[in-house]
Amino acid sequence: MSAFKDAGHLFRFAGLFVLAFIIFLVVRGYVVPRSFGQYGHYRGAAIGEIAARPVKFAGHETCETCHSDVLDVKSKGKHAHVNCEACHGPLAKHADDPSSVTPVKPDTAVLCARCHTASAAKPKGFPQVDPVDHSNGVPCETCHQPHSPAIEAAAAPAASAGGAK
Amino acid sequence: MNLSRRHFLVLMPAAAVAWKAVLAGTPEQAPNYKLSDHWWGMLIDVPKCIGCGNCVRACQAENDVPDGYFRTWVERYHVEDENMTNPEVISPDGGKEGFPVAKEDAGKYFFVPKMCNHCTDSPCTQVCPVGATFVTPDGVVLIDQKYCLGCAYCVQACPYGCRYIHPEKKVADKCTLCYHRITKGLTTACCENCPTGARQLVDLKNPKDPIHEFLKTHPVQVLKPQMATGAKAYYNGLDGSVR
Repeated sequence: MSAFKDAGHLFRFAGLFVLAFIIFLVVRGYVVPRSFGQYGHYRGAAIGEIAARPVKFAGHETCETCHSDVLDVKSKGKHAHVNCEACHGPLAKHADDPSSVTPVKPDTAVLCARCHTASAAKPKGFPQVDPVDHSNGVPCETCHQPHSPAIEAAAAPAASAGGAK
Repeated sequence: MNLSRRHFLVLMPAAAVAWKAVLAGTPEQAPNYKLSDHWWGMLIDVPKCIGCGNCVRACQAENDVPDGYFRTWVERYHVEDENMTNPEVISPDGGKEGFPVAKEDAGKYFFVPKMCNHCTDSPCTQVCPVGATFVTPDGVVLIDQKYCLGCAYCVQACPYGCRYIHPEKKVADKCTLCYHRITKGLTTACCENCPTGARQLVDLKNPKDPIHEFLKTHPVQVLKPQMATGAKAYYNGLDGSVR
């Protein structure tokens, strides 16, 4: 007992430290988000927040559920691997509400030229033309159906699709 | 208030319906998505790229990327026969509207799409002083924009130049590998809109993913391998002059 006879001031000092530590824990509890440290040194809830952002491109599977007629034509042509929204633009809103949001028909003069304008930088096997030399201003879709662009193949699938109906 | 047992039994289903309506307002979670089941990456097939800029436009549309900033962009390399160490690299407006026509017979040309490499040991996440950027358990480098201070340490740390400070939000921004799409079973906006299949989302933890066979049989490389970032953007047929 005698050892602590004159230690009162030390206990008061220690008490102050304990109090400060408790205040620190309480403040920390309020300030640090609950999910911090759930997966690592970051706010775990951020993953869910980022995953919840809205989708703008519906994805070709969504398009194909309604537009199976276009899929039938496209899957037989050279553009089978070009997805719908690559040309038609982001259309998740149209997929959610097909009647009120309708897509604008793309301008083939711009669209076709983006990929098919001849340039030495493009892979050699890729079909490319000089637009002026090739058509001299005649719109591409006059000869090429964008969903199945090969001229000789374009007529055949259209006829068979009509026969199926 | 006096609540009889009869009233209570009537109110219970009503409360359940109300609670369901409350939950309906909460963000949609992919029902079967498990973080531990995936390890995402990207395959970029350089010989297939035609430099159309579809990926850049799609990324900007999907993620509201401000004009003049890029989460992905396309570079055109021009390597002349007698100047191999000094390639001419252009990327006008990120390649968004394509490239000027290249002349024939003047060395080698090719396109290289660039994006966040979603590194396993990413330098950018290591320098963040507040834990606002991180590698998720499924291998995607993300930014918690509510936590980011905008100090731009990560912008400097990224060896690939894939980050920027968002001009309005004043916080770091970058490719999320379309995390909001891949967790719902969709592919990224750039892959969805690539007309030649030059970009493909890959899941390295999926044993059925064709990437495993592809990596075995093709000359695949990552950018700046000497930096040991554990980059997961795999480039097929990448020329040695690309840096």
